[in-house]
Amino acid sequence: MKLLTGNDLATGDVVWWTGREWSRHIEDAVDVGAQGEAILRAEEGARRVNVPYLIDAEATEQGPRPAHIKDRIRALGPTVRPDLTLKPADADAGAWVI
Amino acid sequence: MVDPITANGNAGETLLRFRDDVVHDEPAVTLDAFLGQTNATAVRLEAGDDARALLPHLGQIALVEISFPTFRDGRGYSAARILREAGFEGELRAAGDVLVDQIPHMRRCGFDSFAPEKPVDAATLTKLLALYPQPYQKAADARVPVWKLRHG
Amino acid sequence: MYVYDEYDQSIVDARVEEFRDQVERRLSGAMTEDQFKPLRLMNGLYLQLHAYMLRVAVPYGTLDSRQMRMLGHIARRYDRGYGHFTTRQNIQYNWIKLADAPDILSELATVQMHAIQTSGNCIRNISSDQFAGAAADEVADPRPWAELIRQWSTFHPEFTYLPRKFKIAVIAAEEDRAAMRLHDIGIQLLERDGVLGAKIFVGGGMGRTPMIAHEVKDFITADHLMSYLEACLRVYNRYGRRDNIYKARIKILLHEIGVEAYREQVEAEFAAIRDLGIDPPVAELARITAMFEGPDFDKDAPDTVDRSDPDYAVWLDQNVAAHKQPGHAIVTISLKPIGGIPGDASADQIELMADLAERYGHDELRVTHAQNIVLPHVRKADLYAIWTALRDAGLAEANLDLISDIIACPGLDYCSLANARSIPLAQKIGERFAGRQRELGELKLKISGCINACGHHHAGHIGILGVDKKGTENYQLLLGGSGAEDVSLGKITGPGFDEDGVVDAIERVTDRYLSLREADERFLDTYRRVGMQPFKEAIYG
Repeated sequence: MKLLTGNDLATGDVVWWTGREWSRHIEDAVDVGAQGEAILRAEEGARRVNVPYLIDAEATEQGPRPAHIKDRIRALGPTVRPDLTLKPADADAGAWVI
Repeated sequence: MVDPITANGNAGETLLRFRDDVVHDEPAVTLDAFLGQTNATAVRLEAGDDARALLPHLGQIALVEISFPTFRDGRGYSAARILREAGFEGELRAAGDVLVDQIPHMRRCGFDSFAPEKPVDAATLTKLLALYPQPYQKAADARVPVWKLRHG
Repeated sequence: MYVYDEYDQSIVDARVEEFRDQVERRLSGAMTEDQFKPLRLMNGLYLQLHAYMLRVAVPYGTLDSRQMRMLGHIARRYDRGYGHFTTRQNIQYNWIKLADAPDILSELATVQMHAIQTSGNCIRNISSDQFAGAAADEVADPRPWAELIRQWSTFHPEFTYLPRKFKIAVIAAEEDRAAMRLHDIGIQLLERDGVLGAKIFVGGGMGRTPMIAHEVKDFITADHLMSYLEACLRVYNRYGRRDNIYKARIKILLHEIGVEAYREQVEAEFAAIRDLGIDPPVAELARITAMFEGPDFDKDAPDTVDRSDPDYAVWLDQNVAAHKQPGHAIVTISLKPIGGIPGDASADQIELMADLAERYGHDELRVTHAQNIVLPHVRKADLYAIWTALRDAGLAEANLDLISDIIACPGLDYCSLANARSIPLAQKIGERFAGRQRELGELKLKISGCINACGHHHAGHIGILGVDKKGTENYQLLLGGSGAEDVSLGKITGPGFDEDGVVDAIERVTDRYLSLREADERFLDTYRRVGMQPFKEAIYG
């Protein structure tokens, strides 16, 4: 699947396109498929999100899992500070990234 | 002068000028063309051209236009200072991808006229030009650097 | 240390207002990201993996307790309770919001701090020797020169859109504690016939193509330093490559046209501009120098220490260096606890270090390019009290220049440029070798998470470069680099490894070193004596 992601302009938060809006949680991300480029152009124009771009991901039971470790780190947070990630209490979160 | 005067260049482009003389009415020729002829009074330097090639001819030049193909290409700032350091007093124009946030630095390097590709917001420009009281270093403008204010 | 006058303060304040205006225009959409990016970079604001990252300048690594407390305050109020000290003596905050950045700069300005030119294609923070003003071997304190250069380079209108970033380091001793020869311009103060002047080196750097700087000017005095540097920068601004960002540093220019051609062009430019009034009067350097005279040392401070506490004695031997003033010492506070994150400090730790500096250290601290903190002026009589406070805060690892004193970039955990994570590797190395580090002796290990080399891996006795190998993290091992006056660039050993594999490989290297070392040889010395081959065999069989 193809996900659209970027950083929120004002806060810098990592965000994922849900089909209607941007969410900080990758579980909410949708497969933008062939629409990706068009949405990208529209959102760049809307200037709410900085430098949005498309990434590859696979659909899993826990939701979309990006193909590249860099995007998994973006989705969750730094592997060396679990307390600063989106899922500080989740012991399996690290394994999902790596 | 503190704020620019808007004028039209002879190709119809919008100019911001910090000069009160009349806009030079001859088109600017390329550096090669200039060096090849005896009577041109306006020359356009591309970003990679050597401004020092004009030094023997400054007396006959009324306008030097320096190209900024992208605002990130800073070669024009050196070209401008070289011309002013050599005593050039004619119009020194920055043309191309010239944005409001670069104009204050360009003024300090000796540019007194601007032909930006996209319109520049006048209020923002006025604000930025008035922001810094005095600079740290000497450049091609008349502003006194801080070390001179400290020691006279 | 340098104290702002009204002019310095007005310039920093104006910068805050300028940036506030620029941020408003970005948030309103009046400016595109393409137009805004160079402007925000020139205020040290990156967009990284998780958020904006702000790099605050610590000019030549020097700050006082009030400034250190402000850094702790920024971490608490605007970030997530910690900061990261960098290989250019600055500090980085990883969780910044663009909308907060103008307020952060405004608060920093109240204590004479800023984030000016800590990124972007302009002249960056001027770095220096972390022992400046305290070491016995310096000919003069290099920092007044660094301050003079800082002012000259700040908002220099001609050099704001250089082909690439520009880094300058200033030292004043034969021992190079600031990796001067690996900077775009390196300056070494020296005395000739009783006159203080400087040697100028140009064209060093790490990154994709590491190179050692060449001597370009044998001796220049302060009265012409500025016009000479202008000439150096102008030649670079005019002729540095702009077609390929990976070939745009000044080191490539020197490499392509040759040192001699570069020198000639600089001399020609220098001759054209040296009498144009660019140089400040010598009174300006004198004014600045007076602020670096050094504290009022306690001349009766006892010169002995009580070594009866064995842990304290280990720390004394490793992390405490001699001071030019009897009865005094230089303390290096390790930000490399075993298993910790190299260079990170919590807001609590930052505030503790500020307190120690104020109470015991004549109110001065330094950031080192090895990502540690120095208290340059402490009395030996106070060392034990300092150590116990550090120990209780997790800041007393006795590992200065040992294998666990790792320089590591933030890597893929934080940085959008990275190919691999560097911090987990640093943690594993620390844990593997903690028990043996004293036996191994001086061993400077440096990790970069990508080819941009922010971890200075080319200058590591052991260097590690993280790469992306078909989507997985892979690590190349290098041996034999040095950033000191015996400067050399590390050589790659052979095929790379995964994270655990490279730790094992390092263990085979260090075991081989122990079996080969003669007398007091450091690892680097043994490597230089026997070459790569024995180590290559140990690693790959």
